[in-house]
Amino acid sequence: MNYKVEMNDITKKFGSLVANDQVTLKVKPGEIHALLGENGAGKSTLMSILFGLYIAEKGEILIDGKKVSIQNPNDANLLGIGMVHQHFKLVETFTVLDNIILGVEETSKGLINYDHAVEKLTLLIKTYHLNVDLNAFIKDITVGQQQRVEILKMLYRDSDIMIFDEPTAVLTPQEIIELIHIMQNFAKEGKTIIVITHKLNEIKAVADRCTVLRRGKCIGTVNVKDVTIEQLAEMMVGREVSFSVDKPEIQAGSTLFTIDHLTVKGRGRHAVTNLSLQVNSNEIVGIAGIDGNGQTELIHAITGLLPIESGKVTLNNIDITRMPIRQKYEKGMSHIPEDRQKHGIILDFDLQSNLVLQNYYQPHFQKMRFLKFKNIQKYAEELIERFDIRSERGSKTSVRQMSGGNQQKAILGREISRNHNVLIAVQPTRGLDVGAIEYIHQRLIEERNSGRGVLLVSLEIEEIMNLSDRILVMYEGEIVGELDPKKTNINELGLYMSGAKRGTTHA
Amino acid sequence: MRKPLKCPLVLKNIIDKIRSVFKIIFSFIWKILKKVLIVIRPSLIAIAVGLLIGLIIMLIFNPYDAFPALMTLILGGFNGGLKGIGETLELAAPIMLTGLAVAFAFKTGLFNIGASGQMMMGAYVAIHVGVRWTLPSGLHWIVALLLGMTAGAVWGLVPGILKALRNVNEVVSSIMMNYIAGYLLIFLIQRNVFLELEARSRYVQSTAVLPSLQSVFPGSSANIGILITMVVIIIAHIIIHKTTLGFSLRAAGFSFDGSKYAGMNTKLNIVIAMTLSGMFAGLAGAISFLVRGKAINTAFVIFSQGFDGISVALLGLGEPIGALIAGLFLANLRMGGFYMQLYSYVPQIIDIIVAVIIYATAISIAIQALLKHYGERLGVFYRNRIRDPLRVFYKKRIRDPFSQCIKKRREKKLSKKEAKS
Repeated sequence: MNYKVEMNDITKKFGSLVANDQVTLKVKPGEIHALLGENGAGKSTLMSILFGLYIAEKGEILIDGKKVSIQNPNDANLLGIGMVHQHFKLVETFTVLDNIILGVEETSKGLINYDHAVEKLTLLIKTYHLNVDLNAFIKDITVGQQQRVEILKMLYRDSDIMIFDEPTAVLTPQEIIELIHIMQNFAKEGKTIIVITHKLNEIKAVADRCTVLRRGKCIGTVNVKDVTIEQLAEMMVGREVSFSVDKPEIQAGSTLFTIDHLTVKGRGRHAVTNLSLQVNSNEIVGIAGIDGNGQTELIHAITGLLPIESGKVTLNNIDITRMPIRQKYEKGMSHIPEDRQKHGIILDFDLQSNLVLQNYYQPHFQKMRFLKFKNIQKYAEELIERFDIRSERGSKTSVRQMSGGNQQKAILGREISRNHNVLIAVQPTRGLDVGAIEYIHQRLIEERNSGRGVLLVSLEIEEIMNLSDRILVMYEGEIVGELDPKKTNINELGLYMSGAKRGTTHA
Repeated sequence: MRKPLKCPLVLKNIIDKIRSVFKIIFSFIWKILKKVLIVIRPSLIAIAVGLLIGLIIMLIFNPYDAFPALMTLILGGFNGGLKGIGETLELAAPIMLTGLAVAFAFKTGLFNIGASGQMMMGAYVAIHVGVRWTLPSGLHWIVALLLGMTAGAVWGLVPGILKALRNVNEVVSSIMMNYIAGYLLIFLIQRNVFLELEARSRYVQSTAVLPSLQSVFPGSSANIGILITMVVIIIAHIIIHKTTLGFSLRAAGFSFDGSKYAGMNTKLNIVIAMTLSGMFAGLAGAISFLVRGKAINTAFVIFSQGFDGISVALLGLGEPIGALIAGLFLANLRMGGFYMQLYSYVPQIIDIIVAVIIYATAISIAIQALLKHYGERLGVFYRNRIRDPLRVFYKKRIRDPFSQCIKKRREKKLSKKEAKS
């Protein structure tokens, strides 16, 4: 059997961390091959090696049975390897056409000659039904279309090995179906496709075979048809995983937190317009929506990171609209931020300083403005114990050296331990492995059960569906629908998210 | 033949015990040394590179004297015995303080390039008080120092406020404040404390001169300025590392967004950091001019100590204690440059060497990263030892304008390769 791509015994180390430990990946021509693993399992590293972004210390790469050395992405391009990164590599202020030919421009007399490119691209768009306007600017088109541009880029460079890194993370359910069709078309044409993902449903839907990585090691390659989703999950995590969240029925209580006709300015336009919602005690309110529909601005505005244009925010019947951030925290707000490394923690501080980041000034931690390091350490060790935050050197570890999951646990622990009534959690499980996700979901449910209110913003539809008591869908800065998770399904939610459907009920 | 010495068992035990104790102590010291070494490695690399390039320059100009001159340079103030050391300390105090000013702002994520201007204002106010006010001798210099500090603080406050309220880049505003200070200085001196005959400010009264340390360093003009400086640096260290204010300042320095999220008053922090930074620079000005026989000329100049402060802060890795050590080192080098004039070198060489050291500090982290990166690649290359014709082809391709026919060529090359093999 001839393989299109063979990666044998690839080993790659980052310092003491072994990202890939003798990983072997064999992909047949014309198949869709999934690369499955938790975050930090080494999927992206392996593909970066294939694409020439990293160089493996050991092991060999064979393309079409011939040994090759890939030193940088240009080598990879030359071998017909293309990659769609999770975060697209596009120039926002260029047109689609410019972005596609960038780096392989055809010139005549020093000027760019577009004719050939346009001809070839029109043909490609027609054959693969990749509808995009070549003359539109990247900043004006949707994320789904941007992804198509990335795919066109690969096609234009005549790639026949295509790597997709988490391609569905930014798409609506409908767009995902379209993407799956496109990928299947490519496979029919004989192109080889490698998909990096940790979403099991999609593997089941699209992939032929699947290689599972766990902690840098290759666990095995299976035919997707022969295994169940549960089996895949077990291979990925190394133990049985429960997918259902245990959530007791609780009647929502009194109103804790309200947003009243809130308007926030984003980049030159209104990112949030006239938005109202409320969160009650014993309730998780989920805000669903595609990335970039004003969720970030909404949360930043109510937590004080962005100025509020107009509107009112109250917490426990106290107007907190224009309060400084510290006072908002003191009035009972906790915030798990979206960008944990930018806002949530200070990477160069040690763990204990990060755990008292918002209350270091309280009498327990300082005396006459001198920090009481003993108390801080004691408090930090309590939290580390309680929330199972793992690190090399306990409370003195530099947070930069901790894994993403443990960083998030530290933030979660800090926010939950502070005196609060409302927890605002934005994408609390982004980039975490299944085990950590399970843990964080349990904690959020506990928050709700103990009489607090939780405002959950997430791009993961499953998460919203499983955890929320009410779902609000945000589209272009407005709430376009309020749904009951028990009475709705992913399809309906997707229609709201893409703006195709609008509800009449407003919160 | 001598028999091996046999010692009684008790003695042997004691010796073993002592040995093990020594082992523990040495391993402990070694551990600490190792840690320190890792931290100060960039500075050491920088100094080594700087001295090496300095040596090369000296070899070019006068190969015969180069090595003794280098020794003189490294010995610095020690060449002159106690007097030399005293002179070094006097030279070190202001640059340690401006270094502290820059380092303190660094810690908060700000780049105070205006230490010169703040220092000039501090110097002027100190001279003004020293010349025109009449106060009892114990009090006079203290008042002059304090008011000098205040003047520097005000000069730092302005860019701080601009940054906090209007997000004006502190680099631009503080460097402009340098120019304002430069011309204001001339104007104020000519108006208030002018000695027209010599086109300079008048000398301060003897009551305003800082108490001298001549009893310790005979023959030098060392004064208690160096002691004040050290105390101030230690206070700054405590503020940064032990207090709530320092906590929020460092948080802002590491991550502005993070400190904002944490509910710290970022705007106030900026103002406080710039003010304190200016205060340290102002103190530098006051200390360097509350000296017998020192005056400011009325020609436009921006004090170079402010810029030395940047080097000191960089070499000291942005830490107050680091500024102390780096300031002493730099002053010692300068003194070395002074003594180097014994040999046939111009003093400018010393400036070149110092400049190279600073330059190397600034890029030492980059040098380390480069070494690591290429070391890794080289290692992989030698391990794999693949001679890949595709790579040679790729190198050629760079010269051609990129074109549509990449694929065709690729096929051609591949087929050739096949034919060969």
